[in-house]
Amino acid sequence: MNLPKVETSNEFFESALREFWDAFKSNRGALFGLIFICFFIFLALFGPFLSPHDPSQLFDNALRLPPSFLEGGNSNFLLGTDDVGRDILSRLIYGARISMAVGFSVVFLSATVGTVLGLFAGYFGNKVDYWIMRLVDILMAFPSILLAIVVVSVMGPGLSNAVIAVAIVACPGFIRIVRASVMAERKKQYIMASQTFGAHPLRIMFLEVLPNCMAPLIVQISLGFSDGILNAAALGFLGLGAQPPTPEWGTMLADSRAFITTSPWMVTLPGLCILIVVLGFNLLGDGLRDALDPRLKK
Amino acid sequence: MLKFLLNRLKDLIPTLVGVSLLSFFLVRMVPGDPVMLLLGERGADPVVYQEMKENLGLNKPILMQYGSFVGNALQGDLGKSIISKRPVIEEFFGRFPATLELGISALLFAMIIGIPLGIIAALYRGRFFDYFLMGGSLIGYSMPIFWWGLILIIVFSVTLGLTPVSGRINVIFEVQNFTGFYLIDTLFDQELIEFEGYAPFRSALSHLILPAVAMGTIPLAVIARMTRSSMLEVLSEDYIRTARAKGLPYKRIILIHALRNALIPIITVMGLMFGSIITGAILTETIFSWPGIGKWLVASINARDYPVIQGGVLFIATMIVLINISVDFLYAIVNPKMRKA
Repeated sequence: MNLPKVETSNEFFESALREFWDAFKSNRGALFGLIFICFFIFLALFGPFLSPHDPSQLFDNALRLPPSFLEGGNSNFLLGTDDVGRDILSRLIYGARISMAVGFSVVFLSATVGTVLGLFAGYFGNKVDYWIMRLVDILMAFPSILLAIVVVSVMGPGLSNAVIAVAIVACPGFIRIVRASVMAERKKQYIMASQTFGAHPLRIMFLEVLPNCMAPLIVQISLGFSDGILNAAALGFLGLGAQPPTPEWGTMLADSRAFITTSPWMVTLPGLCILIVVLGFNLLGDGLRDALDPRLKK
Repeated sequence: MLKFLLNRLKDLIPTLVGVSLLSFFLVRMVPGDPVMLLLGERGADPVVYQEMKENLGLNKPILMQYGSFVGNALQGDLGKSIISKRPVIEEFFGRFPATLELGISALLFAMIIGIPLGIIAALYRGRFFDYFLMGGSLIGYSMPIFWWGLILIIVFSVTLGLTPVSGRINVIFEVQNFTGFYLIDTLFDQELIEFEGYAPFRSALSHLILPAVAMGTIPLAVIARMTRSSMLEVLSEDYIRTARAKGLPYKRIILIHALRNALIPIITVMGLMFGSIITGAILTETIFSWPGIGKWLVASINARDYPVIQGGVLFIATMIVLINISVDFLYAIVNPKMRKA
């Protein structure tokens, strides 16, 4: 007798993953985004081996050299040097480490806090939901950079404080996304079944509801990286984030403003790195949304 | 409708209380003694110190301090700047027109370019032009505007020499403040025109272009993407097919029948953009030395001018909350489906 084939959970997972990958790779933009991100992650991981010089070493005889492919460049400094003779390429590579770490920390903090609050708001509803949503309203009343600079001005400038400030700003996005998808799941039968069995609300929230809310959460995580990196760089640019001589891209940009007329490459390169990384995460987020959201599938 | 209105207003109260609490306590948490900050060396004298503390009301319980902060704020008194000794609210309104002029110009730029691009992308859906425009809009959306502003300066001011690098107008011109918008004031000041002709207007315009473009880039990308998706949705509606079947000219169908309906969500989103305009203003004004509230707030934070930070933040946040709720109301009036929410 032939029994109908039953998919084990492992097989189901594999086929779902394959389906996702097929949808994802047909989106050329998303693939580009993934390549950009992998490139910068590679730079971040292997920075010390890849960078030709120490990022803080001063070359007194090579101040503000243009990139080697321009007139007057020196092949020893591929992307030129800054106003005190530091190798820009090495600083950019170390900047990739900082930006990736900043993006990761911001997303980790805001996604954790946002997911917990969003789960509580969506699952319990009523009073809990009301007060959590008022908190969201309050945070959203402050323009993102303004709230971040006020928080930093209270805690004092510095990279870790900037990360905390940017993470606070990013929380409402996660709370709203998780809450919305929890509210859609809450009334479904498998939740009611768990409730009838007397499962603890925390168990239901984290083990039953949360795995079913992962799709929008993953998209938000990707977009959270781009917002986090962008806002932290903006704080660095305003002098409230990483402090010089840290090779953070936003800080490098602020330092090089004075040389905008004489050495434009000092301004161009760090900003270009910010743009490419942020663009990469936005492309990835768009691609993930299309691949994970069944409503948009053709 | 009235019930919807009252419900929304009821939600407003805890939000506004929270906003005021946050701006009050954030500044209280700052390390350091505000009295010493105000008095400087004179604070060493205990008599002077005590007097100042009582003047500021800092000897009262913290709840009473919060009460009088809110009470004063409701009467339009946000305290005085430590640096300039002038009332915060006066300083705010002195600088607000500059930010508003920049913000409105940026939004106009974003709309004038973004809406047509969105329409074109929707009409060429799935073709090269669509991919090209949407890729471009994603680049615009990812743009670090503090860098974009500098690049614009390098290209247009430094290399081409077309526009000035910073400021609002050439300082040799003295503009009367009628509206606070230099583009308008320079055109309607008869006396100024008699002496200088239209040179002040041209100066104001050339100072405005680069910051407006820098600040308008992200809204431009958002508007183009929204116009495209909104147009695609509307174009698949029955009434568009009907209009085609009637044999109406294609241009008329797109520009009148489709666009008018597609614009509703776009206008709503633009109403909610006020917050991101302030964010944009903070960065853009810092780059271009534009004398608006963004640059003022950053300078106040660097100078630790806490009454300005506290008052300015409270004022902006309240304004955003009120604007958002007005947009909600307007949307509910236009679209009855929203009233149930």
